[in-house]
Amino acid sequence: MGGTDPDLPDGVHLTAVDDLFAWGKEHSLFYLLFATACCGIELMQTGGPRYDVDRLGMIPRATPRQADLMIIAGTITHKMASRVRTLWEQMTEPRWVVSMGACANSGGPFSKASYSVLNGVDKVIPVDVYIPGCPPRPEALIDGVMVLRERVRRYRTLGLRDRDPQVIAGADDDFGTHPGKA
Amino acid sequence: MSGERMILNMGPHHPATHGVLRLEVETDGEVVAAVRPDIGYLHRSIEKIGERVEWAQFVPYTDRVDYVCAMNANHAYVLAVEALLAHDPATRLAIPRRAEAIRVLVAELNRISSHLIAVGAMAMDIGAYTPFLHAIAQREAVNDLFERLCGQRLTYNYMTVGGVAFDLHAGAEEQIAAFLGELEREMVRFNRLVTANAIFRERCAGVAVVGAAEAVAWGLSGPNLRGSGVAMDLRRDAPYGIYGELDVQVPVGEAYAGARGRVGDCYDRYVVRLLEILESVRLIRAVLGLLPPPAAKADDPVGGFQADATKALRAPPAGEVRVRTEAPRGEMAYILVSTGGRQPWRVRVRTGSFTACAMLGHLLPGVFLADVVAIIGSLDIVLPEVDR
Repeated sequence: MGGTDPDLPDGVHLTAVDDLFAWGKEHSLFYLLFATACCGIELMQTGGPRYDVDRLGMIPRATPRQADLMIIAGTITHKMASRVRTLWEQMTEPRWVVSMGACANSGGPFSKASYSVLNGVDKVIPVDVYIPGCPPRPEALIDGVMVLRERVRRYRTLGLRDRDPQVIAGADDDFGTHPGKA
Repeated sequence: MSGERMILNMGPHHPATHGVLRLEVETDGEVVAAVRPDIGYLHRSIEKIGERVEWAQFVPYTDRVDYVCAMNANHAYVLAVEALLAHDPATRLAIPRRAEAIRVLVAELNRISSHLIAVGAMAMDIGAYTPFLHAIAQREAVNDLFERLCGQRLTYNYMTVGGVAFDLHAGAEEQIAAFLGELEREMVRFNRLVTANAIFRERCAGVAVVGAAEAVAWGLSGPNLRGSGVAMDLRRDAPYGIYGELDVQVPVGEAYAGARGRVGDCYDRYVVRLLEILESVRLIRAVLGLLPPPAAKADDPVGGFQADATKALRAPPAGEVRVRTEAPRGEMAYILVSTGGRQPWRVRVRTGSFTACAMLGHLLPGVFLADVVAIIGSLDIVLPEVDR
C-alpha cells in the first residue's frame, strides 16, 4: 500500500483507492472448496494444521458466490467441464483461478490415454496460475498462491471496472499463458 | 403427511459428497422421498488405459483408482499380475519375503491414513470441523513416512511387480514405531472429542440401519459390511501376502451407540473404522517383529526387496486371473485378462465404493435431508473408485 507522509497526523495514510482495495483482496482470498480428484486431498492437507493457509487469509467457502479464488484441484472430465464453467460464472468478479496439478493443467497422465478427460481446465475457464505436480505438494500450492497474490496486488478495481479483468490481467505478464497452448 | 415434492440437486460440487457425486434428491418436506445417484463426473477411463499401457506401466494408474489408499490399490494390482505370471513356471516370480512384509506394512499404514480421512470427514459432514483437523494432522505423519520411503506424499507408485521399488529407508522402523505410539495417544483424544460426544452419537445412532442379510444382498464389503455385523475380512478369510501368518482380528458392529443404536447404523460403521485403525496398529507391530533383515542382493529370496520381473513381463502367460484384496473401502479386486502380449487385454477393477454408492438409492429414502450427508460420510464413498 502507499506511503505515509511524516507531516500527517498518526494513523492517517495517503494511498490510492485501488491500492487499498488490492491490499484487502490480497489478504483475504477466500477459495472455493472444489476438489475433484487426488489433488483435493493435498488441498485438504494444505488447509490442515501443518500448512495452515488460514494464516494467509484463505478460508474455504462452500459456495462460489462467496469465493474470490477457484482452485481446480484435480481431473476435469468432459462431463464435469460444463459444471466448472457454471461454477466460475457464479463467482463474483474479480475472480481468480489456480490450476492445481498436472490434470488441471493439461490432462496430465490422462491427456493422451483417456477418452473422457479434458486436456486442461483452461479449455473452459481462464487460468491465472498453473502449479505443476501430480499432485503438487502443499508448499507448491502455497507458492502458487503467493504468485497469484502479486497479480491480485496489481489489480485495479476502479481502472478496470468496465472490462474483463482476466483478459487484461493476462496481457501484461506471462502467468496466464501456457506453453503449447494457442 | 405428503405435500408437493421438490427436486434438490446435490453435487457434483458439494463439499459433503466426498468428491464429485451428484445426487438427485426428491424431497417431501424435510424427508427424502427418492434419490437417484448420478456418477461419472470423474470417469477417467482408467480401465481402458490399462489396455494401452504395458503391465508395469499401469501401476501409477492404480494409485489414481483410489488415491486415499494408493498403497492398497498398488498391492491389489501387483498381486494380480504376479498371480497371472504364476500360471507358467517359466515366468513365476519368487517374491522376497522382506518385500511381502514391507507391502503389508505400508498397506496397513495407508489403511490407517485412509480411515483417518474417513472418520474425520464424517465428523466434518455432521458439522464438526475440528476433528477433521486432528485426523489430518495424524495423516501428515504417515505422509512423511511415505515421502521418505518413496518420494511421494499421495500417489506412491511404490509397489512393483516382483516386490517394492525401494527398501525401507534407514530408521524407518523406529519412525513407524514412534508414529504408532503417538497415534494411539491421539486416538484416545479423538475418542473423547468425537466418539463419546453426545451430539455426534445422537446424529448417527439408528440412522440408515443396514441389516446383515441386506448388506450381503447389496454386495457391501469392508467396514460397511462389518459395521452390519458380518465378520468378513479377506485378510483373515482369504489371506494374501503374509497376512496368513498374522492374527487378524475382525471388529464388527455391535450397536455401539447404546440404547438408540442398532447393529448396522452409521455409528457402527464409524466405530468399526476406529477399531480397524487400532487393529492396523497391532498388525504393523506384528509385521515389524517378523521383518527379515535386509540382504545385500535386491532379489534375495528372504531379505531382498524386489524380484526382477522384466523378462517375465515381456511374455506373460495367456489367461485370466481374479485377485481380491481387502482395501480400506472394502473389497478391491483386479480381474486381468492376458493374451500373452506385453499389454493386458482387459483390466477390470472392482471396488467397495461402487457397491456402497449403488446402495444410496435404497438407503436414503425415508431419512431426513440433514442425515443424507451423515450417511454418505459413514459409507466412506470415494468417487474415483466409483467412476474409475
